[in-house]
Amino acid sequence: MGWLTTSLNRSIGKKFVMALTGSLLMLFLIIHLIGNLTLYGGREAFNGYVETLEVVKPVVRVIEVILAAIFIFHIFNGVRLWWENKKANPGKYAINANKEITTFSSRTTIVTGSIIFIFLVLHLSTFWYQFNISGHPETGSFEFYDIVVYWFNQPVYSIVYIIAVLLLGFHLNHGFQSAFQTFGWNNKKYFPVIKLTGTIYAIVISLGFASIPLYFLLTGGK
Amino acid sequence: MKLESKVPEGNIAEKWTNHKFKMKLVNPANKRKYDLIVVGTGLAGASAAATLGELGYKVKVFTYHDSSRRAHSIAAQGGINAAKNYQNDGDSVFRLFYDTVKGGDFRSREANVYRLAEVSNNIIDQCVAQGVPFAREYGGLLANRSFGGAQVSRTFYARGETGQQLLLGAYSSLNRQIKNGNVTVYHRREMLDLVLVNGRAQGIVVRNLLTGEIEKYSAQAVILATGGYSNVYFLSTNAMNSNATAAWRAHKRGALFANPSFTQIHPTCLPVHGEGQSKLVLMSESLRNDGRIWVPKKAGDNRPPNEIPEEERDYYLERKYPAFGNLVPRDVASRNAKYVCDEGRGVNGERAVYLDFSDAIKRVGKKVIEEKYGNLFEMYENITGENPYEVPMKIYPAPHYTMGGLWVDYNLMSNIPGLFVLGEANFSDHGANRLGASALMQGLADGYFVIPYTIGNYLASEKPEKVDTDRAEFKEAVDNVKEGIAKLLSIDGKQTVDEIHKRLGHLLMDKVGMSRNEKGLKEVIEQIRELREEFWNDVKVVGTGEELNQTLERAGRVADFLELGELMAVDALNRNESCGAHFREEYQTEEGEALRNDEEYAYVAAWEFKKVGEWELHKEDLKFEYVKLATRSYK
Amino acid sequence: MGGEKLNLTLKIWRQNSPDDKGQFEEFKVEISPDASILEMLDELNNDLEREGKRPVAFESDCREGICGTCGIVINGHPHGPLPKTATCQLHMRNFKNGDVIYLEPFRAAAFPIIRDLIVDRSGFDKIQQAGAYISFNTGGAPDANSIPIGKDVAAAALDAAECIGCGACVAACKNSSAMLFVGAKVSQYALLPQGQPERYKRVQTMVAAMDEAGFGSCTNTYACEAECPKGISIMNIARMNRDFIKAKIVEQEVDI
Repeated sequence: MGWLTTSLNRSIGKKFVMALTGSLLMLFLIIHLIGNLTLYGGREAFNGYVETLEVVKPVVRVIEVILAAIFIFHIFNGVRLWWENKKANPGKYAINANKEITTFSSRTTIVTGSIIFIFLVLHLSTFWYQFNISGHPETGSFEFYDIVVYWFNQPVYSIVYIIAVLLLGFHLNHGFQSAFQTFGWNNKKYFPVIKLTGTIYAIVISLGFASIPLYFLLTGGK
Repeated sequence: MKLESKVPEGNIAEKWTNHKFKMKLVNPANKRKYDLIVVGTGLAGASAAATLGELGYKVKVFTYHDSSRRAHSIAAQGGINAAKNYQNDGDSVFRLFYDTVKGGDFRSREANVYRLAEVSNNIIDQCVAQGVPFAREYGGLLANRSFGGAQVSRTFYARGETGQQLLLGAYSSLNRQIKNGNVTVYHRREMLDLVLVNGRAQGIVVRNLLTGEIEKYSAQAVILATGGYSNVYFLSTNAMNSNATAAWRAHKRGALFANPSFTQIHPTCLPVHGEGQSKLVLMSESLRNDGRIWVPKKAGDNRPPNEIPEEERDYYLERKYPAFGNLVPRDVASRNAKYVCDEGRGVNGERAVYLDFSDAIKRVGKKVIEEKYGNLFEMYENITGENPYEVPMKIYPAPHYTMGGLWVDYNLMSNIPGLFVLGEANFSDHGANRLGASALMQGLADGYFVIPYTIGNYLASEKPEKVDTDRAEFKEAVDNVKEGIAKLLSIDGKQTVDEIHKRLGHLLMDKVGMSRNEKGLKEVIEQIRELREEFWNDVKVVGTGEELNQTLERAGRVADFLELGELMAVDALNRNESCGAHFREEYQTEEGEALRNDEEYAYVAAWEFKKVGEWELHKEDLKFEYVKLATRSYK
Repeated sequence: MGGEKLNLTLKIWRQNSPDDKGQFEEFKVEISPDASILEMLDELNNDLEREGKRPVAFESDCREGICGTCGIVINGHPHGPLPKTATCQLHMRNFKNGDVIYLEPFRAAAFPIIRDLIVDRSGFDKIQQAGAYISFNTGGAPDANSIPIGKDVAAAALDAAECIGCGACVAACKNSSAMLFVGAKVSQYALLPQGQPERYKRVQTMVAAMDEAGFGSCTNTYACEAECPKGISIMNIARMNRDFIKAKIVEQEVDI
C-alpha cells in the first residue's frame, strides 16, 4: 500500500483528499439540512424525524464515526496544505493585486474553514453532546426539540450560528467548483454551469441553515 | 591555406547517401568514451546535443540563458520549409534545392543546399513525432502556407509560433537525454575562448555569469551553434543577448569567417520609433501572403491610409514584380521599401510602408485572418497602439539574419579540426540571401541529421585524445580571457557600452546595410576603427568581474562587434558586385536590380584573422552544375 | 505614436544576493510613452552606469513576449497590469504621468532571488526533464502525415504548448504552485496521439518532480490563468488532475 500513501502525499493527491472529503461533507450537509427543516413542522415533526433515526441508531453511530474521520481528514489536510503553501510562498508584494483577479471565497478557505471548525466544536458540544450524553443544560431532558429551542432562543448563540453558516456558504462556494476542478471533471463548456450550481448550492445551504435560528429568534418556536 | 569543401563525388542526388555510407562509424560501445561540447541550445545546438546524446556520446552543452529553452530560435514565427509536396503543387527535393540556391543568388554551396532539401522531409517527421502541434487541415493532415521566394506551398507552421514549438520539441529531446545522463547542461555560462591542442579544437573557456568564475572544459570535439550576429547593428530583430562572441573568439583562434557582409535585412518589421528603442520587432513574413504592401503615389501625401483612394496608392511590389508580387524574396522586398522611402513616399514621410489586410479581410473574412495571424496582430496592436484589422500596419526592414558565419566544409567542420559549426553560426546554405522558413530547416537539419554522421567520421578517423584541463593550452586561454575582462573593467571612461554600441549600429546600418558603396565602405572602416579606439579608452564598465555583471557581459560582446563590424565592411568592399542582400550601388542593372559578377566573384570569401583590423582573404570557388547561373528574376 | 514624456516614480526591489534582505529603492524617471517598460529600465541603467552606480539587474531576451526570460512583478501583477502581455511588451503608454510603479521580482520559495529582479527558475527545467518528452530516437519517426490529428485537437494542443515557461503563474499564485506550467505541458501530450504511450507515466513523474522542486499545491484560485501572458487555461490543470488520479488508481505506479 506504499503507493497509496505516496500518491495521497503528492500535491494532487492532497487536493484529491480535500475534494473527496469535501464532496462527501457537501452531501452530508444536504441531508443534515433536510433533517433540520423538519423543525419548521414543529415539535412533533422534528421528534418524528429524531425517532426515525433512533430506530437505526447503530447505523447512525457508524455514519458518525465515518463523518468524524472525513472531517478530520479534511481539516488535517487543509491545515497541512495551508502550512506547506505558506512555506512555498515566502512573501507578499508591495501591492496586493491578488484581490483583483481571484474571488474572496477562494482566497479565504483557511479562514472560513478555521472559523467553521471552531463553530463545529461549539455545535457538537451543545447539540450533539447534550442530546447524546448530558441532556438539556437546565432540565436534563433528552428531548432534542427542547435543546434546540433552548439554544436558538439565545440571541448570541443564534447570531454566532448564523454568521458561521454564512461563512460556510463562502467556503462551499469555493469548494463546490474546486472539487470538480480537482477531480478533473471540468472543461470550458461546463465550467460556468458548475460555478453557478456551486453558488446556488452554497446559498441554499447557508441560508437554509441560517433561516432556522432566525425563525426561532423571531417566533420563539412552538 | 587551401580551402577544401570536401564535397563528395557523384551526382548531387546521391552525394549525401554515398557519403553517409563511406564515412567511418564509431562503435556503439565506444561512443560513451567521447566527450563532446555543444555551445548554444537553439534549434541547431539543442537538436545536435540531443541526437548525439541518443547515440551514446557524452555531451556537455552550454548556454548563457537560465534555461536552454530560451534560445532565440524560439522567436521564429512563420514556419519551416520541407519538400513534402503534400499540396500536390509540384514541389520536390530538387525544387526546394533550386529555389534555395536561386534565392541565395548563387553564392551558396550546391551540395550543402541539396542535402538540406533532402533531409527537410525527415525534419517534419521528427518534429511531428515529438508532438509539435503543427497546423492541420480539417481532415487531420498537415497544412502548409506559402512564403517568399517560392511558388509552391511548402511551409509548415504552428500559428505565428513555429520557432517556439520546434525549439520546445528539440528541448524535449534534450531533456530526455539529460534525464538519461548522456547530456549535461551548463546554464548561465558564456563561451569566451576556444582551446586548441595540437591544432585541434579540444575545449572551451566560459565565464560563469552568476559568480564570474572562469571555467574550463575539455572535449574531443567542439560544436558551435551560437547563432548570428545581427545585433552588430544594435537595432535588430535578434534577442537582446544574441551575440557573435563565441564565433568571433573561435575566429581569433584561427577559424575562417566567411561572407561576413551577407546580412539579411528583413522587410516586415515594425519601424523605429525613438532613440530609446532597444530592438526591432519582426512581423512574420507570412503576413505577405495576405497583406498588400503599398505607399502613396505622391511624396508628401500625409492623409490617413483609409482616405487615400485606390488609384493614388502604389502597390510597388505588385507593379514591379507581377509574377511574385508581395512574395518576392526578402532582399528584393527590403530594398524596394528603402527606395520608396528614399523617394520621400514613406508613410508620413517617415521610413515606413503600409502592409494592408483590408482586401484579404474582405475576401476571406476577419475570422480567417484572425486564425492565421491573430497573435501577430495582437502583438502589433500591443506595441503600436493601432488596430491592424482597421488601419494598415506600418512596416520597415530591419536586420534579422546573417547568412555569413564561420566557414565550414561539407561535414560542417571549420578549418580547425574538431571545431564544427551549425545553424546560423556557419555560412553554408543560404548564400547571399536566405529564403523565409529556411533558417529553422537548416538549424534542425544540421543538428538532427548531419552532425551525428559527420562528427562520427571525424572521431573515428582522427581519433582525438582526451585532454586534461590542467594543460598549458587551457591555462593560456584562461589567462587570455581574464586579461580581457580586467582590461574592460580598468578603463573607467565616460561612455556606456550601449552608447558606443548604438553608434556602431548607426554606422553599419547606414553604410553596410541594405545598400553599400565604395566610398561609404572606405569611410566606415575608418570610423569603426576610431570608434573601437574610443571604446577601449572611454568605455565605462561598472562592477567587478567576480559577480553577476550584465554590463561586463555586454561590454565583451560589443568589443567583438567592433572588430566584426570592420570585417563586414572589408568584405563588402572586397566584393565588387551585387548579390542577394549585398547590394553595391555601383553594380546594378538599369532597372535597379542586383548585378552579379559571376566571372570574378562566384566564390566564398573566407577571412583569416591576422591581428585586430587585419585579415587575409581565402577563396572557395563555387561551381554551379545543377542550377544554372542566371539572373534572378521575380518578374 | 509619440506624445508627451511621462514623469514617473519607480520603486525597484534591490537585493544584492540570495541571502541579502533587500529593499525598495526609489528612482525618478522621465520616459516616452512609446518606450517599453524594459527600455525604460535600459535608460535608467545607462544613467546609473554613467554615475558609476550598479545598474538594476533584470533579465530579458527576445523582447517579443515569446522567450519567457523577462518577468517583473509590476504593481503586484506578474508582467504588469495588462492581461496577456509579457513584461517586455508592456509599453509606458499604459501608465499616467505622475504614477508610482513598484517593480519586484517573482516571489516564490522555489524561485530564489539571484539579484534585484532576477530569480532562479531552474525548478522548471527539472520538471521538464522528469518526463516532458516523447521517448524515441531521431530518425525513427514515421511519415508526418501517417498520424492524422484533428484541426481542433492540434489547436488545443498548441494552446497548451504556447506556454513560455516564464513562471508568472507561480509568481501570481498565493501558494507558489506550478500547476499551470506543468498542466500545460502534460496536456499538450495528453491531447496528441503521439503522447498516449507515455501519458500516465509522464503525469506521475512530472507531478513528483514538481513537488520535489518546492512548489506549493494548487487551491484553485485561478490567479495563474489571470496573469498568464499567454492565457494558458486552467482546464489544463483539470486535465492533469484527471490523468494523475486515473494513473494512480488504474495505471502502473511510478513516482520519481
